[in-house]
Amino acid sequence: MTTTNTPAGQIPQTVPQFSSTFDAYTLSEIRRAAATGIYDIRGGGTKRKLPHFDDLLFLGASISRYPLEGYREKCGTDVVLGTRFAKKPIHLKIPVTIAGMSFGALSANAKEALGRGASIAGTSTTTGDGGMTPEERGQSQTLIYQYLPSRYGMNPDDLRKADAIEVVIGQGAKPGGGGMLLGQKISPRVAAMRCLPQGIDQRSACRHPDWTGPDDLEIKILELREITDWEKPIYVKVGATRPYYDVALAVKAGADVVVLDGMQGGTAATQEVFIEHVGIPILAAIRPAVQALQDLGMHRKVQLIVSGGIRNGADVAKALALGADAVAIGTAALVALGDNDPRHEEEYRKLGTTAGAYDDWHEGRDPAGITTQDPALAARLDPVQAGRRLANYLSVMTMEAQVIARACGKSHLHNLEPEDLTALTLEAAAMAQVPLAGTGWIPGKTF
Amino acid sequence: MESVNFDLAATPLREVNHYLHHQAPARAGQQVRIDNPNGAHAIAAGLNAPLDVVIEGHAGYYAAGMNQHATVTINGSAGTGVAENMMSGKVHVKGFASNAAGATAHGGLLLIDGDAGLRCAISLKGANVVVGGSVGSFSAFMAQAGNLVVLGDAGEALGDSLYEARIFVRGTVKSLGADCEEKPMGEAERAILADLLQQAGHADVDPASFKLYGSARTLYNFHVDNAGAY
Repeated sequence: MTTTNTPAGQIPQTVPQFSSTFDAYTLSEIRRAAATGIYDIRGGGTKRKLPHFDDLLFLGASISRYPLEGYREKCGTDVVLGTRFAKKPIHLKIPVTIAGMSFGALSANAKEALGRGASIAGTSTTTGDGGMTPEERGQSQTLIYQYLPSRYGMNPDDLRKADAIEVVIGQGAKPGGGGMLLGQKISPRVAAMRCLPQGIDQRSACRHPDWTGPDDLEIKILELREITDWEKPIYVKVGATRPYYDVALAVKAGADVVVLDGMQGGTAATQEVFIEHVGIPILAAIRPAVQALQDLGMHRKVQLIVSGGIRNGADVAKALALGADAVAIGTAALVALGDNDPRHEEEYRKLGTTAGAYDDWHEGRDPAGITTQDPALAARLDPVQAGRRLANYLSVMTMEAQVIARACGKSHLHNLEPEDLTALTLEAAAMAQVPLAGTGWIPGKTF
Repeated sequence: MESVNFDLAATPLREVNHYLHHQAPARAGQQVRIDNPNGAHAIAAGLNAPLDVVIEGHAGYYAAGMNQHATVTINGSAGTGVAENMMSGKVHVKGFASNAAGATAHGGLLLIDGDAGLRCAISLKGANVVVGGSVGSFSAFMAQAGNLVVLGDAGEALGDSLYEARIFVRGTVKSLGADCEEKPMGEAERAILADLLQQAGHADVDPASFKLYGSARTLYNFHVDNAGAY
């Protein structure tokens, strides 16, 4: 319909037509940029629709495959990480871990809740930019210490307290970019931990200060191992861009575990344009990463953790079927704690947004008390209750993955394989390298 | 003083570092000598006791990395990242130091008798670094706290994106980085410099012969009119 009903004798009016290119969001962003002179900064991950795990389906067993009985036949979920060099590999009960999120970006209560929830579920948490807090170490049964380019709060005592060390080279929301914690969120404690004055915008460096390439990384990993007596697994985390080469070089440098973060992965705060336009979806990154490991004869020897928009047990099962050993969640964990909960809708509206869309985490005014350093707001989050919610959620994800695995006849989640999958779309078939549903066709692989 | 000798030509680095981490602290105060380093990496990294370690020769990357409490002397030159992220103690390089010397160091004293390469004291977080010779370009890049003293010259973009660290240079500066400016040296800064020169064995050098550089603080909070400086 492009015209309205028009009285006789009058020329029909064309109804207003909005541009698909200059949609309402784009127009508002242009006006905002013109008014402020700065790009939009926000938290979270990409919001555009991307090829994702939803575009894959599992082929449950029928005649050609034999399923396992739900709730009766065992389906293992545990995973061991760091079996290559470390004297003390990590043994987790479930293959779902908590991704690195900083104290500073998150409140102390939120970090504590993550530790509580993960420990109940038998999995690990990860520090973030800014260092390790006693609350976090105290509540996390298994804690991964991130070794970041900024080296904020970095000290060898915390390296030794950690169960593993994650050398962060990049993250999916902003591969090649650093972080930005705006001045209004810098509490005295955060400022002291980072050796910076209060109130200034804190830039987290985009590259490590004392090494410049993969050969240097190998020596850096040697140093970290020497300092920690070769006990702790060394993870290397990269944002998904060129996964085949980055994974190969991480393996060459001596990583025990590679963490691969797709562009759906969240961040505390960075440029909107970065979040939406740099990196590749995790669906497109897993198979090249696994291929690199297989080409080097290191698949399952160097473990692969993937992240970026993991939401439920189906996502977990699909990631594992494509060759990952475990997944990490960030945004979903925050939602489980209470982030963007509709019960705060009135306050979200006062901030000019709505529950489900709140992403100005850098402003420090989070009504849920999670992405804030305001003591009054932070006190709203009960770390015990929030931890329990996270544990429930992790349990549900695991059970969902088990349900799927049993239906595919698998007695362990790690027995899932690409052959258990089919693709709904051409894009997913090409990226995940599994056949288009109803065919044997893998674009680029088969005819 | 009790002394223990290791020869890296005969003893694996792992064994030496394991001794320094686990056995030596029980005998604090002892001297440990390490012969034939031959550029090995991560020598004496991660020390955490008041040991006196002497490396007789050239060290590779990250020598004395993350040092706490120990005094490490390198009777030779050091590779990239010597004393990186040092927390306390003292590291003395008698020769030259390569890139990123003292990177992100939080505390302690790093002395380099010769020149230092690119990015000396990069992202410094509170330690003191005294260089007898010159430093390369981008030294003290994003340095947050602490002091860098350079008796020689400084390369390009000194103190680029500097936060609250102080830079004292006796010689010439090829160029200053974004947001770095020369500042008047007050009594407090002069006292800091004099003390560091004394600790570094340069007590005869006049603090008045140095210039002080620090942050102009114009880039601490983003403003669109400063966009060209980023």
